[in-house]
Amino acid sequence: MATPLNKRVLTDAGFKGSEVEKAGPDDLIIAIEAANEEALESPVARVEEMLSSRESMKAEEIRPRSLASAVKVMSDANLALISIPGRFAKREAMNALESGLDVFLFSSNVPREDEVELKEAAKARGLLVMGPDCGTSIINGVVLGFGNVVRRGSVGIVSASGTGIQQVSTLLDGEGLGLSHAIGTGGNDLSEKVGGTTTMEGIRLLEEDEDTRVIVLISKPPGPKTSAKILNAASGSNKPVVVNFLGEGDAGASKQVRAVTLEDAARMASGFVNGKRTGAHPFSVSESRVRSLAQSESSEMSKTQRYIRGLYSGGTLCYESQVVLTPLIGEVFSNAPLKPESRIDDATVSRKNACIDMGSEEFVVGRPHPMIDYSLRKNRLLQEARDPETAVVLLDVVLGYGSNEDPAREIRHTIASAKKLAGAGRRYLSVVASIIGTREDPQDLQKQAKELASVGVVLMPSNAQAARFAALVASRGAVGRKLFGNER
Amino acid sequence: MKGKEPEKRSILKQKLKVINLGIEIFADDLKRQGVEVISVDWQPPAGGDEELLRLLEKLGA
Repeated sequence: MATPLNKRVLTDAGFKGSEVEKAGPDDLIIAIEAANEEALESPVARVEEMLSSRESMKAEEIRPRSLASAVKVMSDANLALISIPGRFAKREAMNALESGLDVFLFSSNVPREDEVELKEAAKARGLLVMGPDCGTSIINGVVLGFGNVVRRGSVGIVSASGTGIQQVSTLLDGEGLGLSHAIGTGGNDLSEKVGGTTTMEGIRLLEEDEDTRVIVLISKPPGPKTSAKILNAASGSNKPVVVNFLGEGDAGASKQVRAVTLEDAARMASGFVNGKRTGAHPFSVSESRVRSLAQSESSEMSKTQRYIRGLYSGGTLCYESQVVLTPLIGEVFSNAPLKPESRIDDATVSRKNACIDMGSEEFVVGRPHPMIDYSLRKNRLLQEARDPETAVVLLDVVLGYGSNEDPAREIRHTIASAKKLAGAGRRYLSVVASIIGTREDPQDLQKQAKELASVGVVLMPSNAQAARFAALVASRGAVGRKLFGNER
Repeated sequence: MKGKEPEKRSILKQKLKVINLGIEIFADDLKRQGVEVISVDWQPPAGGDEELLRLLEKLGA
């Protein structure tokens, strides 16, 4: 639609002219870039066909005009999935609660006061509001929003982070374990203002749920008051609780253990399910294999290539990487930093070691999320490849419902070009990635892995391991002592 | 809709039946998973007209 924002995006992409200028928010613009007139014919014909068949498509489905009339059509509906613009979200979510529906609220930019009001209203009715700003939930095996096709099992998750659920659930799936439910709370639930209403409710629901044997809590570190409240609820629980406030690791009471990374959280949860705890290892494969792989990645690098550049679609994965990298290589700059002083001045240009959350507000305004649309990350990848200081580009590739249909096909050529570009400057660019996915995902983990490996991407089984490996390569093996030195 | 159920059953114990408002891909993904879903043809109130919206909000509509 020709909103001012979309028009700006189009103009930036090179579609200028009076047609674009004249179009208003009620007009649909279809912009096609083609090499010549001839190449335009088939897409234009297809568009005309789609536009003329629209009426017949509409007739197949009943599309009520409001939530109230939808409830009349589906009288036994029990959940509203809301992803309309944030400023309208409260009104509709409140309508849903008043109709007795639980709510999954994907919309972001919902004012904090509205969030508090919605969550209080839900609590009074015995209902759950997952969100606002909730990316993922898996209820009874059904993925809501962005999520992977994982086994059913006995681990229950309550998480303020969608990609947190995706990483932990896919790692558990890889070990043959599964989820009872994953309850997304929305990114602000553990802020001091909201105070963890949905998190507390989620813990209670999983405690009562007979399919759940272990509970995993995932969030960036909350404020002190909310943290104390949640930890208190966790230690008083009738089930073992793994608390993953990313980066915080102290051991707590007996029933509550603290995981520093998402990978730790998955390992600890599986320890509880299997009845045997396993120690932490920096990599799934042996030290000698990892070292020789890192050695071969760095052997043709030039001396100028010193830095890691992480380009992330998942905000929590970006954060986890900083948690892993900082003790190994020192300060990591970011637009979503661990500490305010590490904030990068300009997120569009990397500086020293940097991890960029490309799903943050400054990048996604007027565009689809980078898990869907890889174009910004592709451009950035080439930009990093041109920088003589870049040693390793670190990527997350997130599969599952909601994400890009074929990420490997999407980025494969760009990765090959980036490597060539570095090669032309007598450098070797290492590209390290982790794929967050399963074999059952629509994109198929195995197929994605094969295609990425074919263009020279080093794949690691988790985001944390990808970050560790990048540090090993960029430091020419020097961080090996920190990584392997104190292994049990 | 009021007072239909005195004690709300936990969402975790129910088969999901979903009303979708907004991004259509979410409804499509639910259908692919065999979930019953109905999509609302949602439009912003007052046709998204900022001025009219402010007036409506003032009136408490």
